[in-house]
Amino acid sequence: MHIEVDNVSFSYGPSTGMVIKDICMDIDRPGLYCIIGPNGVGKSTLIKCLNKINKPTSGTVKIDGRDIEGIPNKDVAKMVSYVPVAGEDMFSMPVVDAVLIGRFTHQKWKTTVDDLKKVYRTLKLLGISSLSMRGFNELSAGQHQKVAIARALVQETPIMLLDEPTANLDVRYQVYIAELLKELAIAKDMIIIMISHDLNIASRFSDKVIMMEEPGVIRQIGAPEDVINKETIEEVYGVSCEIFFDGRGKPQVMLGSALRIDE
Amino acid sequence: MSDNTDVGAEPTIVQKRLGEWLEEDDPDSMSESITRYGRYIWRKHVFMGLCILAALAVIGAALTLGTYPISFFESYAIIWDHITGNIVDQTADDVIFRLRMPRIVAGIVAGAGLAVAGVAMQSTLKNPLADPYTTGVSAGASLGATIAIVLGVSVLPLGGVGIVGNAFIFSLIPTAIMVLISRMKRASPTMMIMAGIAVMYLFGAITTILKLWSDPDALKALYNWEMGSLGLASWDDLAIMFPIVLIGVIVVQLLSRQLNVLATGDENAKSLGVNASQLRTLCLIVVALMAASIVSFTGMIGFVGLVCPHVVRIVIGADNRYLVPASAVFGIALLLTADLIGRTIIAPTIIQVGVITAFLGGPMFLWLLLRKQSKVWG
Repeated sequence: MHIEVDNVSFSYGPSTGMVIKDICMDIDRPGLYCIIGPNGVGKSTLIKCLNKINKPTSGTVKIDGRDIEGIPNKDVAKMVSYVPVAGEDMFSMPVVDAVLIGRFTHQKWKTTVDDLKKVYRTLKLLGISSLSMRGFNELSAGQHQKVAIARALVQETPIMLLDEPTANLDVRYQVYIAELLKELAIAKDMIIIMISHDLNIASRFSDKVIMMEEPGVIRQIGAPEDVINKETIEEVYGVSCEIFFDGRGKPQVMLGSALRIDE
Repeated sequence: MSDNTDVGAEPTIVQKRLGEWLEEDDPDSMSESITRYGRYIWRKHVFMGLCILAALAVIGAALTLGTYPISFFESYAIIWDHITGNIVDQTADDVIFRLRMPRIVAGIVAGAGLAVAGVAMQSTLKNPLADPYTTGVSAGASLGATIAIVLGVSVLPLGGVGIVGNAFIFSLIPTAIMVLISRMKRASPTMMIMAGIAVMYLFGAITTILKLWSDPDALKALYNWEMGSLGLASWDDLAIMFPIVLIGVIVVQLLSRQLNVLATGDENAKSLGVNASQLRTLCLIVVALMAASIVSFTGMIGFVGLVCPHVVRIVIGADNRYLVPASAVFGIALLLTADLIGRTIIAPTIIQVGVITAFLGGPMFLWLLLRKQSKVWG
C-alpha cells in the first residue's frame, strides 16, 4: 500500500479559511504512524481527507497511484477503515451487532458464521468478550472506543485511520492498544495512522511521527527521536518540558508548564 | 522501561493475543457464543411469529363482526373457498369480501406502512421522536383535504376523489421542501426535522384560516376525515394504497443494512461506503409516498408510526434487518386490534381507531419504558 498526499488543502467553507494547507506526505511502508500536534491544527481534518469523508479543497490523495476522488466510496471502504473520535451510535445494539456492522463491505445480506467468528475473535483480542451481548449505549466511553476499534479491525482493510483511539482508555489499555496497532501493522503489512495527544505513547510505539503545527501544516515527519525533542515541543505546543530516553532510545516527555496562552 | 518488542525476548501479551487472532485460533467458548447468538436471532423470529398469529386471530375476530352471522373459522373457510375459486355460499362471500374485508386490508396496509415509515424516519433522521407525521405529512394532507372540502378546489382533475387527490399531493409538499433544503445546504438530520416542523405549523395555520371561512357542513365533513377511520377505504382505494405501501416496505427492507450503518454516524457510514445524505433523501421520499397514500385514504391515524418501532426495538433490538419486518407485523396486529376494540367496546357507536391505538399503545409503551433497564436509544 502506498498513500500519497499531494498539496492537500481543506476548508469547511469559503468564510472559514483553510484548516490544513498544502499538506504533502508520502507513506509507502507498513507501520504505525502517529499524528501529533496541538488542538485545531487540522489532524482530524487531514485523516478525513484520506478516506473521502472530506473532499480536499485542492490537491490530491492517491492510494496505490489512484486518485481516491475517482474511487467509489464502497471501494475506498474496502481499503481504508476509520475509527471516529467518539462513538455516536443512535439506537443501541448489542456489542456483537455493533461490531458486525464493520463486516458491511464483506457481507451480502445475511450474517455468516464466519463473520460471527471474526467478530468474537476480535472481541477477545480487545478484551471485551464479556461485553458481547451488552447494549452499546450501556457501555463507558472507553468501552465504546474498543468497540469502534473492533469494528474497524473486522473491516479487514490494509489501511486503518484512528482519531484518538486511546483518549478514553485507562493506562493499561492505552499501552495495550498502541502496542497492538504497532504489532498489527507489522504482522499484516498495514499502514495504520492514528492521532494521539499522548506524546509518550506516540514516541514509544510509532514507526514515524507526523508533527503538525499552526496554521494547519506539517512541521516534520520522521522517527520519534528525530521529531520529539525539547525544542519542537516547546515551540509547537508552547509548553516547557524535559526529555528522557527509554531503554530503546525513544524520547519520553515530562511536561512542565504552559509557556503561552492563545488569545 | 522494558524492551517489549525485542527479537528473542519473551512474547508480550499483545503478541500472544495477536498471534491467536491471526492464526484464527478459535477459543473453546466460540461455539457456545455462536449458539447464544443464534438463540438471540431465533427470539426475533419468534416475536414476528407471535405478531402474525395475533394478527390472524384479530382478523378472524373482525370478520365475524356484523349483522350477518359468520363464525371465526367459517370466515377463514370462506376466504379459502374464495381464493380457490370454490364459492359455496355467495351471500357469505359477498359479506366477507365486499363489506368486511376492505376495512381489514386497509388496517393491514396502514398498520404495516405507518410502522415501517416510522422505522425509516427514526433511523434516517436519527431521532427517536421522528415519525411519518414529523415531516409534515399529516399537516399537508389536512391542508389538501381542507382546500378540497372548503374551497371546492381540487388539484387533480378527477371527479369524486378531490379530497384524496388533494390530500395526497399536499402531503408530499413538506417532504419536497425538506429534500430541497438538504440539497441546497448540507443539512443535518435535526435541521431537516426542524424544517419539517416549520412547514407543519405553517400549513396548520393556513388550515385554521380556511376553517374560519367554512360553513358547518364543510367543517363536519372535515372533522370526519381528520378523525381517521379504516372504514373509509374501498377496494378501489386499496388498489392504489396497497402497491405503494408494498413497494415502500420492500425498499426500506432492502435498505435496512445501510440504515444499520447509518446509525453509527454519518462520517462512520461514509467510511463504510454508505452515502448518508443520499440514503436520507431516498428514505424521505419513500416514507412520504407511503404515508401520503395511507393518510389520504384513511385520514389521520397517529401513534402507530411513532410507537410501533420503539416497542419492537425494546423487544428485539435495533437491527433494522429485523426491525423493519417485525414492526410491520406488529403495526398490523396493533392497528387491527385497536380497530376491533373501537368497533365493539361501546357498539354500535364506533370509537376512532387512532383514539384506541393511543389508549392501547400509550400505557403499553410506558410500561415497557419503565420495565426495561437497558437503554435502546441514546
